[in-house]
This record gives sequence, structure tokens and C-alpha cells, in this order.
Amino acid sequence: MDFNPDDLFRDDDDDPESEYYQPLTTRAPVCSLPPEHVWDHRGKPNIHTPLILEESNLDVVEADKGMCASGAIAMGRESTKEYVVYLVDASPRMFYPASNAEDNKDESPFHVVVSCIAQSLKTQIINNSYDEVSICFFNTREKKNLQDLSGVYVFNVNEREPLDRPTARLIKEFSNIEETFMSEIGSQYGIISGSRENSLYNALWAAQALLRKGSTKNADKRILLFTNEDDPFGRIKGAPKTDMIRTTIQRAKDAQDMGILIELLPSCRPSEEFDVSLFYADLIGLENVDQSQFITSTSEKLDDMKAQLRKRMFKKRKIKRITFSIANGISIELNTYALIRPTVPGAITWLDSVTYLPLKSERSSICADTGALMQEPARRFHPYRNDNVLFTMDELSEIKKVSTGHLHLLGFKPLSCLKDCHNLRPSTFLFPNDEEIIGSTRIFISLHRSMSRLKRFAVAFYGSSANPHLVALIAQDEITSSSGQVEPPGMHMIHLPYSDDIRHAEELHMAIDATMPRAIDDQIKKACVLLKRVDLKDFSVCQFANPALQRHYAILEALALGDDEMPETADETVPDEEGMARPGVVNALEDYKVSVYGENHDQEEAENNAAKSTISDTAKKRKAILETAVQECANYEWADLADNGKLKDLTVTELKYYLSAHSLPVAGKKEALISRILTHMGK
Amino acid sequence: MARNKEALVLLLDVGPSMHSRLPEIEKLSSMLVQKKLIYSKSDEVGVVLFGTEDTDNELMKEVGGYEHVVVLRHIRVVDVNIIDSLRRLPKGTASSDFLDAIVVGMDMLIKKFGPTNKGKQRLCLITDALCPIKEPYEGTKEDQIDMISAQMKSHGMRFDCIVVRENLPGAANQTVMDENDLLLNRLSKKSATKVIHVESATSLLGALRTRNISPVTIFRGDLELSPLMKIKVWVYKKTSEEKFPTLKQYSDKAPSTDRFATHEVKVDIEYKSVQDTEKVVPPEQRIKGYRYGPQVVPISSAEWEAVKFKPEKSVKLLGFTDASNIMRHYYMKDVNVFIPEPGNTKAILAVSSLARAMKEMNKVAILRCVWRQGQGNVVIGVLTPNLSTLENVPDSFYFNVLPFAEDVREFQFPSFSDLPLSWQPNERQQEAADKLVMMLDLMPSGREEVLQPDLTPNPVLERFYRFLELKSKHPDADVPPIDRTLKRITEPDPELLSQNKSVIDDFLNQFELKENPKKNKSSRRLWREKPSASNEEEVAENDVSDRQSNNLITNSSSTKVEKIGNLTPVQDFEAMMQRRDSPEWVSKAIRDMKILILNLLETSSERSNCEMAIECLGVLRRGCILEQEPKEFNQFMQMLYKTCKDRNLNHFLELLLSKQITLISKEEAIDSDVSDDDAKKFLVKIEVTSQ
Repeated sequence: MDFNPDDLFRDDDDDPESEYYQPLTTRAPVCSLPPEHVWDHRGKPNIHTPLILEESNLDVVEADKGMCASGAIAMGRESTKEYVVYLVDASPRMFYPASNAEDNKDESPFHVVVSCIAQSLKTQIINNSYDEVSICFFNTREKKNLQDLSGVYVFNVNEREPLDRPTARLIKEFSNIEETFMSEIGSQYGIISGSRENSLYNALWAAQALLRKGSTKNADKRILLFTNEDDPFGRIKGAPKTDMIRTTIQRAKDAQDMGILIELLPSCRPSEEFDVSLFYADLIGLENVDQSQFITSTSEKLDDMKAQLRKRMFKKRKIKRITFSIANGISIELNTYALIRPTVPGAITWLDSVTYLPLKSERSSICADTGALMQEPARRFHPYRNDNVLFTMDELSEIKKVSTGHLHLLGFKPLSCLKDCHNLRPSTFLFPNDEEIIGSTRIFISLHRSMSRLKRFAVAFYGSSANPHLVALIAQDEITSSSGQVEPPGMHMIHLPYSDDIRHAEELHMAIDATMPRAIDDQIKKACVLLKRVDLKDFSVCQFANPALQRHYAILEALALGDDEMPETADETVPDEEGMARPGVVNALEDYKVSVYGENHDQEEAENNAAKSTISDTAKKRKAILETAVQECANYEWADLADNGKLKDLTVTELKYYLSAHSLPVAGKKEALISRILTHMGK
Repeated sequence: MARNKEALVLLLDVGPSMHSRLPEIEKLSSMLVQKKLIYSKSDEVGVVLFGTEDTDNELMKEVGGYEHVVVLRHIRVVDVNIIDSLRRLPKGTASSDFLDAIVVGMDMLIKKFGPTNKGKQRLCLITDALCPIKEPYEGTKEDQIDMISAQMKSHGMRFDCIVVRENLPGAANQTVMDENDLLLNRLSKKSATKVIHVESATSLLGALRTRNISPVTIFRGDLELSPLMKIKVWVYKKTSEEKFPTLKQYSDKAPSTDRFATHEVKVDIEYKSVQDTEKVVPPEQRIKGYRYGPQVVPISSAEWEAVKFKPEKSVKLLGFTDASNIMRHYYMKDVNVFIPEPGNTKAILAVSSLARAMKEMNKVAILRCVWRQGQGNVVIGVLTPNLSTLENVPDSFYFNVLPFAEDVREFQFPSFSDLPLSWQPNERQQEAADKLVMMLDLMPSGREEVLQPDLTPNPVLERFYRFLELKSKHPDADVPPIDRTLKRITEPDPELLSQNKSVIDDFLNQFELKENPKKNKSSRRLWREKPSASNEEEVAENDVSDRQSNNLITNSSSTKVEKIGNLTPVQDFEAMMQRRDSPEWVSKAIRDMKILILNLLETSSERSNCEMAIECLGVLRRGCILEQEPKEFNQFMQMLYKTCKDRNLNHFLELLLSKQITLISKEEAIDSDVSDDDAKKFLVKIEVTSQ
């Protein structure tokens, strides 16, 4: 077994197949085990527990790929999963199409919310999270909930607890809920004058009851509230109104006291802003400052909503808390976050192809010399000087401990010193934390401002136990757009390569005693025109979904639901061929091409290719060998030779005639050649 | 020679001016040889010293001249002895003439391999080039350089030259230095030569790639700007992390007399059914399952093959965009470099023009890449221009992988301007920070950039290989402490700190750091280390043991309770309140108990839950009196009362009444602001409500 934790970061680019799609042997029904049996890892320990444990370890490694050793992970994690209740207003108001002047699509807020939640459930599955969700409508005609509260409908599917991990069936049925919603669940105003019913109160109660599961210690609990009604008690007046408001807010406070976070995702009606101050500010306990964040534009765009949800879907989790030592032993406290990490298809679970039950792997160490079974050995060795040099694990970790503490500031450099080629792995985000050392944030902000203004970055040494490294810290200013924060303020930590990590491939083919041709001004000018033509105006880094991953999960989803049709997934990453074929672009391209390649490039290329294919040396040689082989091959009675066992009397060269003539591999020893010939002849 | 076999001649300057550099040169060259011993055992190495007192080389014997050049080792396959001799380089006394040394080295290579055997041949010169070069017998020095470069070219030799010297403007031998630099530059233009100037000992250690990795292209083919216009490129890796070597597990089971024992450990993995743990499932009976949420989906290979994502091999342009759209921290992985197809002038011109236009307009290109046929994914990345500074190296592009939508988590963080004013630096503090950022400069003007990645060795690997060498001789040796040169990488430079002492002191004085008293400080390492105790781990460890011993004295019986469970909440609460290892526990116990009571009330329809809640409340009350936390309890009681009233939990209120649980009065706990009367009134209030 490798002991090297760095191997966790092995480059998957070298072998993309290995982790992705390994072929399976048989078509099999989906293994859908009763959830409480295998997959309920909260339940009492059962026989499958080891398997599950192994998987969750994997998850941790994946999420924090490129960061730190397992010990460090355990320390920073406060809670490992999250329970979320999607609380969706289903009042008739949510079904008024929000027709807008700009886009005439008649999308009701309800539709937008449903597709958003479906989207986020899919993302949750892709991210392999153990988070559990529940979907709950309020202001409904029918009621379905444990407390039997009216106007609240908890949506669920078979083989699933009300609050559980999302399943394929849940996503599928939820995505299609609009077709049957009116007939099966129905929509009505829940809070009307003259009735003592308070559907919002009921909804919060039901949600809170759903979230009773698990303790707040190892799970974060949240209610995401979707509504377009900024004044839910607007229809009633007088004492009942104040009373209802009071009880509802108290209900929300109770939930918050129990450690449940309530978040509001308002959508607004055309030409009307959602006014949080009317009621919801009190409900979710907003301060004045925070309210500004809720002033959403009046447009009812799906994208905005999606962006909002995407931002709030994952609770912010830090990887680790570290100390940043500035100088003279003075340190401040920082939290590190993994904002960008490659998402890979989930781990493979081995199944028994007969029973479709999961398999448990058991490793055992065996001494290669004696064959004796042994414990995990305590020492490692490295062959050197014709001998084995032995190391204890302590010595190895001592070698890696080149620095004390976490992050040491070494100095500052201008940003121009950080080259594009100085990169090895995804960056890590740093944000200050005043929890233990009061004053950390102030120092951090002052350094951040100075670095950002003076266009300098900090060089520091990051002394993690697994992979100590020289890092660059870049100050990132906050960037916001209409849909909220785009780039958070803070610093990004980038691992710098060492001299041994940098290769000089461009110098491999340096011209000796000659200068390389360089583009002349005219060519550069033509290139500039081209650049202007083929410009991606609003390119944003993460605008593409990973087509391989999308495909992977689309297939899994289809199979999990037993669909026979394989879904088509769009590949968003292909170039815009239509755009490239626009006359302006084509002209610019043609101009540029003539300028660097000359007038008759295509013709020359074609000639070159033609020349290559006819007089390529190796091709010629290969052809010649084949021809002689075919000729020579005809001189032997192969069948006779084989039958009489006389093949072994021939020379290797002679044997190779047969092999070449039948385009078989000619490598190997004589015995191999003979057996290959025999196999080919079917003997 | 085999394709990847290399013959290397080290030309080491040991003249008087180099004596202070010798320790680093010894380390660098022995590291080089050590890695050859491990990773390319058939490479051949020769060593030439110059500036020595003695003279010992064949050219001197054959034609005369070439004084003060000693062939320490002829070109031979690497072995262990060479490291020993490289570790004890003699200190020379004579003026060192690097041109003589180059000629001697070349002569060795030519004699060894002749004109026909052109393998990978390399000369590596380390010198300070401070001594004047002797006038040649015929022609000028320049002519000699030209002759040397012609020879190198015809034999396909590469030449690496490391010039190590502090930049000393106005030094006496400035003219000599300038002349030598000119000569070396002339050489580098006319042959496959790379000249690197280094100043510090640290960058000298990193000046040479010590491990040879033969470069392999990731992709050769067209960079498609559009179907109309394609550029022929080769793609290589630009950075690739050299990992800590993977060590094998050692088995000591073999008898010590067995000389052929491998001592290796084989790891055997068996797959067993979860139902029948005795039964081993043979590999061919296994099938892969992919997770989809809580489900596991097995899929047949044929089907997978038919439906999986299969992009065509291609590298296509999606478009250009402003460089500012791609922030630096989005770079995901190691970097690739796009080089125009060697020898293809059109491709060189196309890359050059595009790169220069991109640089001029500050644009970058976005590409979609599928490097190989059959690759199961696509890569989206950004192409940035890399304009060559050397005349004989073509312009190229760097390529960095960008994240997909799934790879980015959009966490929200507060704006700095929204943070409380006490967390914002004031003007004076900002000024101090500005000064610090300017003055703690690693890019001093007129000197080399400190810790430039290209010249910085990996301290962990340096340490490992040195220790490996040490341990091979002394198996019981301890890991030596990290030396001064490597410390320049892991710790701030004391010289830089002392130069800027006033700036740093000013900065630190401007800010005040305080430990948060509410936090359990001993669990974390001290934020302000004592200057003497550099080994923090040790301090922390002592701390832990101290704490543990304290615990033993005060509370030896209790097992540590960390949360209040549903089963024995009363006992848990009491145990937690008694924990004395941190003041945290009391507040946590109170908090947890409150939550538990609220939870119990949630399901108060069950009689037992209600009684449990009352019991818990009683204990909470007692605990709050003991710990002098009456306010915590009283506030909770008020809230509880309201909740019960709202929800008509009358039976709970009745129980409260029957147990006479009320607010904590002043008499019970001095901190309370509830009088005895008020406490009684509260009970009356409950009575009224419950009816």
C-alpha cells in the first residue's frame, strides 16, 4: 500500500478513463435496497456499516482534494451534513404567470421554483452529499403531514422518509409535479379573514417537526422559504392579524432557537418589489443592513432564481482553521475554504453480480518472501546504493515537517512576478476569523487593502503536514452583480511550483545558431482584428456544465428509474459554429490566414500531405516488408508444417513472414510466435 | 546510447572566489547524481574541477596548456563513489578559466563517444565567471567561442551554465565580468545553451533540474481557430509536481541470512459478500455499481460503451475574451504549454502573431480540448500568451484548465465594508500596512527576485534525499535539522526582517491582538509564541497533559459527557455541568438542555415526554442556581410560558404548577433581578393561563 498522501492528488488527466467510465459486465436491474437497510447510516450499526464508512471517508478526501491531510480535515469540520426543508408557497398567487415585457414566456413563479429545486436536487446528487431534504408546500387544498395541520402538504415518494437523501424517483416525480398539482394537491389561500387557520404558521411547524431528526451538533438544519407574497397577513385585519403575526414570528423564533436557520428566497410579482420589511424581515430576523441584500429586481428570471439558490444551496463550510504568522511571532487567525474543486463521478461500489449486494473489501498484508500474513508494517524502505534504506513513519513525517505552524509570511512581490505557469492545483480561499484571536480581521483587511491597491501579492510558506508548500496569496476584491456576490472578498492561496516541478519544453526545440521567426506588425494587426471579431463578451469561468459528468448522471438517473431510453445531454462546450461562420468573422479569419500562411496555403498543405502519404519513409518501408512477407509466405506449406510440428524448425525470420503477411504482431520469443501462428490457423 | 540515457560532464569552479559557494555546489551536484542513481541508473557522469592547484587532464598531456584543470572522474556509469568525492570538493587556489574547462569537458565527451555516437550529451558548468579568460594562442576569444559552439552543435551537446555571483556593482573586476558574460551570451546564442544567473545560496540549489524527465507531448495536431484556419501545435506539460517518493512497506519476516529476500509486502484485497462474510467473491463475479444518491446502479459494459460521453479528439477555439474575465485563482491544475510544430515556420508565425496580438490587446483565448481519441471528458481552459525572451526560442502559449459549473461553490462572505467598525483598520493602521507590504519586498531592485519558483528547490525533497544518503551510511542517524539555506524557503529571512525592523514594529504596534477569553484557549496553540520556544508542538503537548492531569484531580470519576442525549438527559446534564476542563461546558449544557426541552414539548401530546420535560426543567433550574446563571433560566422560563400559552399546552403548565417550578429569585441566586414576590406571581400567572 502506498503511504504517500500526495498520491491522493494523483493527476487524473493522465488517465481520464480510470476514474470515469469503467465498463461493466452485465445489464442488471437497479439495486434499490430498502433505505433503512443499507443506506441509512444514521441508524443502528448494521452489517454494512464498514462499507458506508469507507465511502464517507472518500467523500471527505474528494471535497478537500488538494488541501490537507485527513487529520486536518477532521478538526475543521463542524458538521458533516445538512437537513433542508424546501418550503414552497402554493397559493394561487404563485400560479399567476409573471409575464414580463422582455420575455414573453409565461412562467409562473411556481414553475420557476419547482424547476429551481429540481435543479438543485440534481446538483446535490452529483455532489454526492449526504444532505437530506424534504419538500413541503403550504397554502394547499389538501393536507398531508404528520401533525395533520391544514394547508400543508409534504411531498414525498415511495421508499423514502419525509426527510431523506434525494433519490432519482423524487427528482423525477417532483419535476413533473405541475401536471398533477392542481388535481392532487390543489392551491388555495390559507390565511383569510374569518378563519383562524394560519397556513404559514402550520408550514413552519411542520418544517420544524421534519427537522427534529438528528442533533444540531452534527447536522446543519435549514428551511428555505419560497414565496412571492411579501405580506401574508394582508388579507386580515385587527386583533386576529396582530395575533397571527405574533404567533408566527414566535414559531420562527422557536425554530431558530433550536438551531434551525430560516432563509427566504422571494420572487416578486410583475411591477412590484418584494418588500421584506412588511413581514419577513421580522420572521427571519434581518438587521437593517442585511435587508438591502433582499431587494431583488422585479424581473422574474429563472436564471436569477437559480443563481440565488445555487449560492445558498451549500452551506459555507471551512476546511480548516489556520494561523497566519506575520512577523515576530505575531499570528492572526484565518479560515480556509475550498471554493473550487474538481467534481468527479462518485466512487465505484463493487457489487456481487449475482445478488447485486454490495461487496466489502478486505485487505491483508502478506510478506512477499515468506508468504506469512502480517500486520500493517511499521517501516518503509527505499532501495538505494544496492541496499534497502529503512525509514520509520515518524522519520518520514519528521522530514516533511520543514516548518512550524501553519502559514508563514515571507514577503511581498509585484503581481507581475506571478506567471501564468506558476500553478499546480486548485486555489484555496482565505477569510479572517476573529473567534479566537480578536483583531485578526482588522489586520487581514489592512493587508488585503494594501496588497490590492499596490498590486502586490504575498509569498508565504504553508506548512501543512501532508504537503508543505510555497504559496502565493492574492488579494481579491469583492465583486457583486444584480444577483448578488460574484467574487467574495478575501485572499486566494495558490500553490507555487518548485524548480523541479517546472519543465522547459519550449526550449526543447530551440533553434541553434538561428533566430526564430517572429510575427511582423501586419500579421499582429490582422490577428488583433480577428480577436475583436471572435470576442466572448460576458464570458464567465463557470458557465459550462461538465458534459461528461452531466452525461454520467443522466445515464445513472435513467437507469435508476428504469427508463429504457437513454437521455440526450447537451454539450455546451462545443464552439459556436454559426457564429464562426458569420461573414465578418470569416473575412477576418481569411485575412489573417493569408497574412501568416500566404495565399496558397491550403493548396500547399494538400500537396504536402499528398507528398507525405506517398513518400513517407516509414510507410514505404512497412509496405516493402509486407510485400516480401506475402511473397515469402507463399513459399511454405504452413498447414503441413503446423500439423507435423515442424514450425519449430523454421527460423524466427521465416515465422515472421507468416505473421506479417497476416498482419499479426511479430513481437515475442519464438515459442510465442509459433503459438500465435497456431492460434491464427485455429489449431 | 539508449534513447533516454544521458552523458553528463560537470564542470565545477573551485577557485578561491568560489570557496564560500562550495557547500551548496556539493549539495546540488550530489543531489543530481543521487537522483541519477535512483531514477536513471545507466546515465554516465564525469566531473571536471577547475581553478585547482594541480593540473590533471589528457589535453594537457597531449597538447599542453589547460593548467589548473583536474579531471576528478572520467565519464562512467553513475555509482556510489562519485557522491563521496563530490561531497569533499578540494578548495582550489588558482585562477579559474571556464573556457579551458569547457574544452576539457568537450574533449572527454568526444573521446568517449566519437563523432558517430550522438546520444544525449550535456555539459554543466557552475562558476562565478570572475577570473579573466586567458588569451588563446591563435585568434580571439570570440573565435574560440565560435569554435566551441560549432563543435557542440555538431556533436549535439547541450550546455547548461550557472553563473553564481552576488551583483556587486563597481567591483574591481567589472570589466572581466562583463567580458565573460558577453562570451557566455555569445555561446548561448550559437548553441543549445542555457545561462542562468543566480545570487543566493537557495537559488543556487534550485538552479538545476536534478531529475531528468524526458518530455512527452500530450497532444500533437491542429489548434482549430475555426474549420477554416488551423495551427499545428505540440502540447507539453509546463509544470508537473515532483512527488515525494512512494516508499514500499518493509517486511522483516525473511531470515536475515536470506540474501535474496525482497522484503516487500504484497497487499491482497479480497471482496466478500456483506451477507456471508466467509464467502469470497471471485473478481469476475464482481460488477461495478455507480452511486446515484442513495441508490447504487449497476450497468453493463456494452451499454456504458454505447451511451457514454465520447468526444472527438480536437483542440478548438471557443473565442477570445478580456484577460480580466479570467481570474488567476480559477486555474485548476498543472500548466501545459502550446508550442508551434517544430520546424514549421507557418505555425511559428501563426502562434507568434496570435500571442503578440493577445498580449497587446490584453486578451486570452478560451479552448475546448480533447487531447486523445477515446478520452472520456473534455477540458475547458484558457490560453495565455508566453512571449519568448530568447531569440532562438519560439513564442508559445500557456494553457490552464478552468473549472466547470459543477466545480465552483458560490459561498457568500460578508463585504469588508459591512463588518463592524471595530474590525476595520483606521487610516494610521492602513498606512502601516501599506508600508509593510512595500518594504517586506522580495523583488529588490537591481538584485535577483527572492524565491523565484523557477530557482527554488523543494525543501522536503532536498531533505529526504539528503537523509536517504545519510541513512544509507548510518542507519541509526536521526533526521538532521533543516539547514540555513532551506530555511530561507520556509521561514522569513532574518536579514530582511532586521532591515525593516522599524516598519514591522510600527505595524505590529498599530494593531492589537487579544485572545478571546470565551474560547477554550488551551486546545489551540498559542497565538503569540514565545520567541525561545520555537517548537510549538511541544508547548501544545505539555498543555494537553497539564489539562489532563488537572482533570484527574478535580473530577476523576466522571466520564466525559459531551452532549445531552435523549435517554438520560438529567444525568448527562449534571455530568456536563460538573466538567471543569472548560467554562464552555456549563453554557453548552444549559443551551443543549433548553433545546431538548423544546424538542420534548414539540411532541408533548405524549404524556411521558411532558413529564420528562418537567424533570429536565427542574434539573436545569437547579443547575442554573448552582452556577449562578439565573438570567439564563428566567428568560427561558418566560419564553416557555409564552410558547405554552400560544399552543395551549395546558397540561404542561399544570405540571409546572404542581411541581412549583418558577423563576429563580434573588434569594436563590444573587444575580437574578426577579424578586421573591415576582417569582410567586409567575406561578399565579401560570395558574390563570392553564385554566
